[in-house]
Amino acid sequence: MQGLLSTLIWLPIAAGVLALILGDSKVSAVRWLALGASLLTLILSLPLWTGFHTDTASMQFVEKLEWIPRFKAFYALGVDGISMPLVVLTAFMTVPVIIAAWTVIENRPSQYFAAFLIMEGLMIGVFSATDALLFYFFWEAMLIPMFLIIGIWGGPRRVYATIKFFLYTFLGSVFMLAALIYMYVKAGDYSIASFHALPLTLGEQRWIFVAFFLAFAVKVPMWPVHTWLPDAHVEAPTGGSVILAAIMLKMGGYGFLRFSLPIAPDASRSLGIFVIALSLIAVVYIGFVALVQQDMKKLIAYSSIAHMGFVTLGAFIVYDIVKNTAGLQGAGMGMDGAMVQMISHGLVSGALFLCVGVLYDRVHSRQISDYGGVINKMPIFAAFMVLFALANTGLPGTSGFVGEFLVIIASFKASFWYALLAAVTLILGAAYTLWLVKRVVFGPVANDKVAHLTDVNGREFVVLGALAIAVILLGVWPQPLLKVMEPTIHHLVDQAVATKIPL
Amino acid sequence: MFETMTWHSIAPAVGEIYLVAAICVILMVDVFAGEKRRGLTSTLTLIALVLGAALQIKFGHVTTHGVIFDGTYVADELGFFLKLAAYLIVACVLLYSRSYLEDRGILRGEYYVLVLTALLGIFVLISANSLLTVYIGVELLALSVYAMVAFDRDSAVAAESAMKYFVLGAIASGALLYGMSMIYGLTGTLNLEEIAVRLHSPSSLGVIFGLVFLVVGVAFKLGAVPFHMWLPDVYQGAPTSVTLFIGTAPKIAYFALTLRLLAHGLAGTVAEWSQMLGALAVLTLVVGNVVALAQTNLKRMLAYSTISNVGFIVLGFVAGTPSGYTAALYYTLVYVLVALGSFGVILMAGRKGFEAEELSDYRGLYKRDPFLALIMMMLMFSTAGVPPFVGFWAKLRIFQALWETGHLWLVIISAAMSVVGAFYYLRVIKLMYFDPPAAELPPTTRRGGVRAVLAINAAAVLVLGIAPSWLLDLCSSLIH
Repeated sequence: MQGLLSTLIWLPIAAGVLALILGDSKVSAVRWLALGASLLTLILSLPLWTGFHTDTASMQFVEKLEWIPRFKAFYALGVDGISMPLVVLTAFMTVPVIIAAWTVIENRPSQYFAAFLIMEGLMIGVFSATDALLFYFFWEAMLIPMFLIIGIWGGPRRVYATIKFFLYTFLGSVFMLAALIYMYVKAGDYSIASFHALPLTLGEQRWIFVAFFLAFAVKVPMWPVHTWLPDAHVEAPTGGSVILAAIMLKMGGYGFLRFSLPIAPDASRSLGIFVIALSLIAVVYIGFVALVQQDMKKLIAYSSIAHMGFVTLGAFIVYDIVKNTAGLQGAGMGMDGAMVQMISHGLVSGALFLCVGVLYDRVHSRQISDYGGVINKMPIFAAFMVLFALANTGLPGTSGFVGEFLVIIASFKASFWYALLAAVTLILGAAYTLWLVKRVVFGPVANDKVAHLTDVNGREFVVLGALAIAVILLGVWPQPLLKVMEPTIHHLVDQAVATKIPL
Repeated sequence: MFETMTWHSIAPAVGEIYLVAAICVILMVDVFAGEKRRGLTSTLTLIALVLGAALQIKFGHVTTHGVIFDGTYVADELGFFLKLAAYLIVACVLLYSRSYLEDRGILRGEYYVLVLTALLGIFVLISANSLLTVYIGVELLALSVYAMVAFDRDSAVAAESAMKYFVLGAIASGALLYGMSMIYGLTGTLNLEEIAVRLHSPSSLGVIFGLVFLVVGVAFKLGAVPFHMWLPDVYQGAPTSVTLFIGTAPKIAYFALTLRLLAHGLAGTVAEWSQMLGALAVLTLVVGNVVALAQTNLKRMLAYSTISNVGFIVLGFVAGTPSGYTAALYYTLVYVLVALGSFGVILMAGRKGFEAEELSDYRGLYKRDPFLALIMMMLMFSTAGVPPFVGFWAKLRIFQALWETGHLWLVIISAAMSVVGAFYYLRVIKLMYFDPPAAELPPTTRRGGVRAVLAINAAAVLVLGIAPSWLLDLCSSLIH
């Protein structure tokens, strides 16, 4: 279908602009507009999946228009097995965000909906751009709505959090821009494919790798540049946390797969150990940090960092696997795991933040100590929360299991010690998540506020129910997702293990 | 040697000739209009600008490079477009500042006449092809601006900053003139094209000696560190309508000055001056951005922001290639467009008896005036270099020029500094959008016409950011 990706990008943005124009005086019209636009985007994104050819690694649904002829930069879009699931995830996760905010946001509601719609379009743009300049354009533009979302609708320390968020990500991105321009000067155009093909010396690759690393590691976020995330999450409104955790963090992982590995394969080989070490620190150390959190959102935020450690680990163990098994057989398993982990984490962390949002809307506290015995008053909600918590710990049958399992198996092929450390998460993840559930959901009713809780309403039920179905479906039947990714991952492994150093 | 002067041969200079006539007419009209009908001068000046632009398009459009007036004046397409841009910018300046002047009772004819003489200076600089013309342009522009800064005669701050500006400016002019005399002595010509032919690398010690003084003069005019001392004081002390003028149109002239004098005239010594400019650029970026962090006055903060932007413009020249000059030109035009809007917002945010100058005056501006806040936010994101606004492309273009010439460290420093810069732009947005309104502040100025122009200004920042091709192509074709 021609123009499908463009529609997915510009439809929500146009709806967002319209919402801004309508303003707060027509807020109910804006609500329905936002819901309609996000649902329509979701429906329109489904043909991406159904019409996807699973036998090729090349870009599909491509569009190409002239943008800046002087720089040979094009408005070029397309998706492959890595980006397509992420586009669909973006379209999927925006709907619950809109519904969850329905009547909850009282301050400038129209702008809130507009910001999320515009964000949606920009995020889809990031995943579907095949021109590096266009990619960067969307990548940076996205900061503006997120900056405003945290800053306007956030908690008490929102200003500190949002400026920290913006500056951290901006710092990373500026160096990525410098690297992109450097490659443009060498390659003569901005297409990502020609960057992939560009021969680079090891020295150049190292510089480029570091520049990309700064941008993507901040976004993932990797230890030790993760400190913006807990602040941003805690202060962001529910919808902001959901989008941040479900989609924006994935951009870092996506960047590693799309840029770092294929553009600087030799540097990735030589510096990969460094990324693996940071990933393992994230998995283990941040797991312990999560254990001691008193704030539910902070706990989930740290858990996100630990889970995203699996993504970077899965992406960069490919070199060790190839070295140990002396062949490409099974080398892509780590990347498969990384991708599944990204999609799964998008669903699970988004769902957990929505759960916290449900409680917060009623009690106006995120402190674990203010809760206890929620199950007595909110049985349906408790069922959902327990399900998502179990998915977060990686229970078989939920989506969380598939990604972690694949990555751990793959790390065994790479090194016993990697696998051992990665497997620690099975214990730590279970510890902090289940302890959270125990303290919040179970036990006797802790205080008056909990005693007055009412169970989820229809709106919340639909949102959590849809996510629950997705989590279980992906857990018991991940094959469609793996199949979609297979040729692309295969191609990516080829690119990652090939050398680009000119002879 | 003297060619006969025909209409055809002097047609490219129609802008300057016309402006001299217009200045005389407006000066006379203002004298006779009297105190009551002061608005007449303002309207007449606007009409004069529109008419001037029309004449420029009709008669002054040259597509080839030509030299007239015995080699002192260059007529080329770059000059043509820069002059049109200057007309447009000055017209916007006058539109934005009229209500400000009216409300404060300083709507005087002198302001308009001085704006026009400054514009004449800008024109002379844009088309200068000899050291002498360069100097005339510099002085004409500078003297007009000194007087403009002081023209609110009851303001002690304004008088002080005018005095500072004048004294420091005189020293800089002296340096410039001294450098020129050295170059003249060593090459035996005032003509920039001749100088370009006669100066070769490696340069003699004398040439380098003269060059240093020229670079100092140019750096002072641009506001590059360590010759920037005048800039914050003048920006803060001058009436905002004058700051608006100083911050915009002259930048184009000083770009032309740098291009004609250093890049073209002294092309043979590019290795030397690009090194000097490189050091200046780094200092400028660091000092401008870091000191801006500490400001509490918005005008002063924007002054330091100007300094940091000058750092980027200078970086374009450091590259020393046509691509670098293109980048500098593009950056200058973009910067002027954004500065025009930012100072326009400051003008509109205040009203009689209340100058919205302090950063704290912008707390909760969103609640008081969503329109102004939105425009200011777009402009701030643009200066910070965030897409989809045009400021992003300006930075990108500079990075590109630096990479093409292999300036790795300059790329790293300027990238890091643009992050530092982002902080204080974000702070303005934070004040406007995240903070509750401060104590009772008077309402903002509301004039439909001016607001419409501001809206167009901001829309241009967005549209040129989404579809940057046109301006990029134009700049490139003007330099090559």
